[in-house]
Amino acid sequence: MSLLEIRNLSVDFQTAHGLFRAVDSVDLDIAKGELVAIVGESGSGKSVSMLALMGLLPWTAKVTADCLAFDGRDLLTMAPRERRKIIGKDMAMIFQEPMTSLNPCFTVGFQITESLKTHLGGSRAEHRRRAIELLELVGIPAPETRLSAFPHQMSGGMNQRVMIAIAIACNPRLLIADEPTTALDVTIQAQILELLVELQRERDMALVLITHDLGVVAETAERVTVQYAGQQVEKQPVESLFDDPHHPYTAALLAALPERATSKRLPSIAGVVPGQLDRPGGCLFNPRCGFATERCRQEVPVLNRGALCHYPLSRGVPQGHPEHQGEDA
Amino acid sequence: MSGRPTGRRVLEARDLARHYKVGGGMFSGAATLKALDGVGFSLTAGKTLAVVGESGCGKSTLARLVTLIERPTAGNLVLGDADVTEAKGETQRKLRQSVQIVFQDPYGSLNPRQKIGTILEEPLLINRKMSAAERREAAEAMMARVGLRPEHYERYPHMFSGGQRQRIAIARALMLNPDIVVLDEPVSALDVSIQAQVLNLLADLQEEFDLAYLFISHDLSVVRHIADEVIVMYLGRPVEQGPRDAVFARPRHPYTQALLSATPKADPTQKRQRIKLSGELPSPLNPPGGCAFNPRCPYANERCRTERPAMLAAEGVTVACHAVEEGRLPEETAV
Repeated sequence: MSLLEIRNLSVDFQTAHGLFRAVDSVDLDIAKGELVAIVGESGSGKSVSMLALMGLLPWTAKVTADCLAFDGRDLLTMAPRERRKIIGKDMAMIFQEPMTSLNPCFTVGFQITESLKTHLGGSRAEHRRRAIELLELVGIPAPETRLSAFPHQMSGGMNQRVMIAIAIACNPRLLIADEPTTALDVTIQAQILELLVELQRERDMALVLITHDLGVVAETAERVTVQYAGQQVEKQPVESLFDDPHHPYTAALLAALPERATSKRLPSIAGVVPGQLDRPGGCLFNPRCGFATERCRQEVPVLNRGALCHYPLSRGVPQGHPEHQGEDA
Repeated sequence: MSGRPTGRRVLEARDLARHYKVGGGMFSGAATLKALDGVGFSLTAGKTLAVVGESGCGKSTLARLVTLIERPTAGNLVLGDADVTEAKGETQRKLRQSVQIVFQDPYGSLNPRQKIGTILEEPLLINRKMSAAERREAAEAMMARVGLRPEHYERYPHMFSGGQRQRIAIARALMLNPDIVVLDEPVSALDVSIQAQVLNLLADLQEEFDLAYLFISHDLSVVRHIADEVIVMYLGRPVEQGPRDAVFARPRHPYTQALLSATPKADPTQKRQRIKLSGELPSPLNPPGGCAFNPRCPYANERCRTERPAMLAAEGVTVACHAVEEGRLPEETAV
């Protein structure tokens, strides 16, 4: 049985212009100890779907799902008090900006012991011991003295380590890392990613990595979900995704990477991710897609060979496309 | 790309340094922060020089010196044929027009209260004697050039996406027809698909206006794509400098090697041995003695801790490293 089971999760926001669907029927299964990446550009709903899972969205958000179960227990029907016992303990999250996610008014030690106090009980001396142990684990030198430091006294990389220490304080079985390295330098990014993957392996912890950086995905993930405008457009294991992307969006995204460029001009994707007021009919990617036909503009696609597309690509050739008849992969 | 004819030299910097006095409270004396030290390079029309390094390495200080926002503490900066370290008044005003800058954050660098038209016309209003109609015509021509529609003239910055805002910032930088454009992390706030659009636009504009770019970035895959020459900086000093292909094909300085190997590659089949750098950037207020990189360097020895390495030529590139000079680096770590 999978640790986390999400079926048909949608999130709608109440806005001045009516309902806006930020996440559109997302499915996700995560087994114990697995590393799954969610990739997408800004506005693709990758953070919102995970915030919905954690119950961290404001009241303007309407979360609906057929199933939102952690370890076999449905989070949606659960009493809030029960849910709070799971969140922060068995299920924890690391946020993007370490500098703004930590409370500047409290010491690092206080912020780490806070969740220990809430979820595990025990004495202050035990909390302190555990906090030192955690700081050591995430690679902070001289942890005893760091306990009384405030976030502004440490660098971004150090603060991100503290965030990780807080998240893993209660030995979670699922850790969600939302762009954990975006604000950091590359050498620090490499250290933090290594730390996360090590924790995932050693503790048999499931890890969801939300990122927009395809390089990070390629180096860490096992399975990948690509999101576009709130929808999951493709799901594949990491090797085959980079080798043979099935959705035109994934293919275009990979082609737009400077490191895959073959000439001075990059094959860019025209236009931008559709917002609330300019959502196209049919497939959401059709205005930017090179293979779009009348069918794409009219008919909403269904999952087809792991891609949400009428003509999923195989080795760059759209299958069943009227203009590419007879071309085989 | 090196196919185009080499243009004229538009900027020459020698031994550029910028030090700041910091602190000096009631009980402590002032300290000197060497934000930039010993940087030398030249810019050529139609070419791109990329400056790479992590935060705190002096990239942005360099941008401030080149754009004449600040004066260097020491060294020479020659723009065209005028030395800007001496320039004052009218000459300085003239020189400033030939260097323009595009900032990293397109959300913070445009005035939210000004319409796009006003933003683009402001440089002309200040520096050129033109009528309102001429200014509007120039602004509209530039908007068309960078891929904005004429109706955007009357709009405010908040109505645009990040990529479009960066186009506006680029258009503003080009209004005075500069020789040099300093690009301070111009694409790091943008999504991949938008990043590609902006990089293409920059390449087009460089060809059309024969611009020299000083491209500041921490993203090595972007630098590899766009640069002709590369300077790698660490804690205010250059550590390796040379043509792009030479630096990327065979990085010599241990820091360059580490930086390259730390950059994630979008290829899951390629499992590499990553050079692990422990620790973080030391404080520039209290830099380590000798080579600034020595506390994080796997090859550091006694000489590295006491004597600062000079930039020495090594097969087409210049490197500041004792280990490279003495030939005690292990044979190539393919990156």
